[in-house]
Amino acid sequence: MLNPISLAFKNAKKENRPALLTYTVAGDSSKKQSLEILKAISNYADILEVGVPHNTPVADGGQIQTSAYRAIKNGIKMNEIFKIVSDFKKSKNSKPVIFMGYYNMIFQYGENNFLKNCKKSGVNGLIVVDLPWPENKIFSKKCKKNSINFIQLLSPTTSNKRLKSITKDSHDMIYYISMLSTTGGKLKVSPKKILANYNKIKKINPKKNCVIGFGITEKNISNFKNTDGLVVGSQICKEITRSLNNRQNPVINVSKIVSKLKKKIS
Amino acid sequence: MKLKKRIPVIDQGDKFGFWGGKFGGNFVPETLKKPIEDLEIQFNKLKNDKNFLKERDGYFKNWIGAPTRFIKLNNLTKYVGGAQIWSKVVSDANGGAHKIYNATVHCLLAKKSGKKVIIGDTGAGYAGKMLSMAAKKFGLKCKIFMGAKDIKRQQPNVKAMKKNGADVIPVYSGSQTLVDAVSECMRYWVTNCDTTAMCVGSTVGPAIFVRICGWSTSQISRELKVQLINEFGDVPKKLKLYNCVGGGSSSFGFWNEFMDYDKKQVEFIGVEAGGPTKSKRHAAPLTYGSKIGILHGAAQYVNQNSDGQIEETESISAGLDYPGISPLHCFLKDTKRARYTAASDEEALKAYKVVTKYENLRPSLEPSHAFSVAIKEAKKLSKNTIVIINSCGDAYKDRGILEKKLGKKYVKSN
Repeated sequence: MLNPISLAFKNAKKENRPALLTYTVAGDSSKKQSLEILKAISNYADILEVGVPHNTPVADGGQIQTSAYRAIKNGIKMNEIFKIVSDFKKSKNSKPVIFMGYYNMIFQYGENNFLKNCKKSGVNGLIVVDLPWPENKIFSKKCKKNSINFIQLLSPTTSNKRLKSITKDSHDMIYYISMLSTTGGKLKVSPKKILANYNKIKKINPKKNCVIGFGITEKNISNFKNTDGLVVGSQICKEITRSLNNRQNPVINVSKIVSKLKKKIS
Repeated sequence: MKLKKRIPVIDQGDKFGFWGGKFGGNFVPETLKKPIEDLEIQFNKLKNDKNFLKERDGYFKNWIGAPTRFIKLNNLTKYVGGAQIWSKVVSDANGGAHKIYNATVHCLLAKKSGKKVIIGDTGAGYAGKMLSMAAKKFGLKCKIFMGAKDIKRQQPNVKAMKKNGADVIPVYSGSQTLVDAVSECMRYWVTNCDTTAMCVGSTVGPAIFVRICGWSTSQISRELKVQLINEFGDVPKKLKLYNCVGGGSSSFGFWNEFMDYDKKQVEFIGVEAGGPTKSKRHAAPLTYGSKIGILHGAAQYVNQNSDGQIEETESISAGLDYPGISPLHCFLKDTKRARYTAASDEEALKAYKVVTKYENLRPSLEPSHAFSVAIKEAKKLSKNTIVIINSCGDAYKDRGILEKKLGKKYVKSN
């Protein structure tokens, strides 16, 4: 049986489009609202990345930082983040969930305990921004044992030798960072160049589902239709901030954006 | 966990950059793996290259002004009435603090690797000021990240950075202090690592930055050892080296050459910032038993909550106001080579008053923490014990705070 993440990619492929992955921060702007956002956007998105907010994020740009600080300020705790996921998984349009965060949160929770709770609440995969290969080898094996996808990251600075080793050690999905940037940077590299790197990775192992993230927005997403999957995060976080500032409902506004994103790649 | 002899501590990490198997490492985004590896290869080669060492020593001597003075504080010794109190006046160095060593080495490395821009973080503003000086000297463009709160409280250094042509970029996130400045600097590097070199301002960050900084500041103890032998004929039988510890760059550099001596002969005392007496907040993770966590790419003892969110610190001294601590000091603590304690804001201010009353020396708020503990302990020690405090920064940058807390008479106009 395929795991839910691979299945999501397979289903998108059947429809001849890339899978749409969204990123929102757990607890932004409140526990209740972030759950509502997940429920609303899962009508359009294929896989939901749930950001575990951390207060010294070294790879996140302004938009996601704002979301993370807002969630932390509102008191979000790790146990409540698991609860958000398990509540979401009970909803009717539930989709695969990937946690994205920094290693200290896992380290403090205890690796084994963290994975146990991932399994229990229904988390399907993990992206740990600051646990690169080969340092992540042991933890990634632990994830596999627990049927949780450990998602390796690749970047434009990753050497060919590393690309091969990392791909070899990866599970069903890999994440290509489009450019040298924190999250939410303006796409400063041409889609052509990004796709060339993407194809280089696909050549190493065509079976791995490779998604592209960082700098992907409504404006440029249609350039990447021939890929396995695309991640949009900062644009969504920005929309939450904008909605809150204008006293509008972020759930409705975010859901509109995700629906548009889906149309652009369908 | 064991400290090895005859191997520099900076080279005692394992292949993943962990000291004692658990402190340090490289918890960095994938994008930074390559620039970090490049820097490792470059540094490992150059640190054994005779020509490079000659070049470094040339700049240390002719530009930084090595060696800095080693002086006896006769009046303070008499006042305290115990051990002999001496000071290594590292604030003599060009720019007024030890941060110049690391800044110079990073600029030399950046120049050799063909980078045109160098970026750095700063708390008290010394790391930033020195990096801006060195960048100017070596013809590099310079950007300094500094917390908005620190910009306000360390104006003299901000002015100096701007005068040297550096862009000072205020950081408004989080507590608006050093911890946020380091995060923002690393984020900028993630985005620009193809053209830009990064200097981490202390013995913190991914392992290579810990090593480069420790290697650079070790100049302090190299000088001191020669000075001790000139003064006493040998390294004294009872020697105690007091140093403030924020990130830990000056203290590591002050101790490094004496690492292999028995601690009964050469004792290391690190003084962390205890914060205001009335506050629960502090910047003393080693003294107050903080748990191991990951901050800025390295595993270390760090102030954090049970979830792993980094906690805000509080200290009168911007240079010590950091929730974590160098992996090197975690290692020295757990191997019991060094002893760590803390001084409060009030104690540091009191020590500053005493030192400036009796001596023609003006330690900044950071070394004033070390003076506080040294004065207290020296009282109980014998006359043949040599107590040395690293006066690693000059109080000029603190004039605003000192004037507010102690009144005008404690602030000189220059």
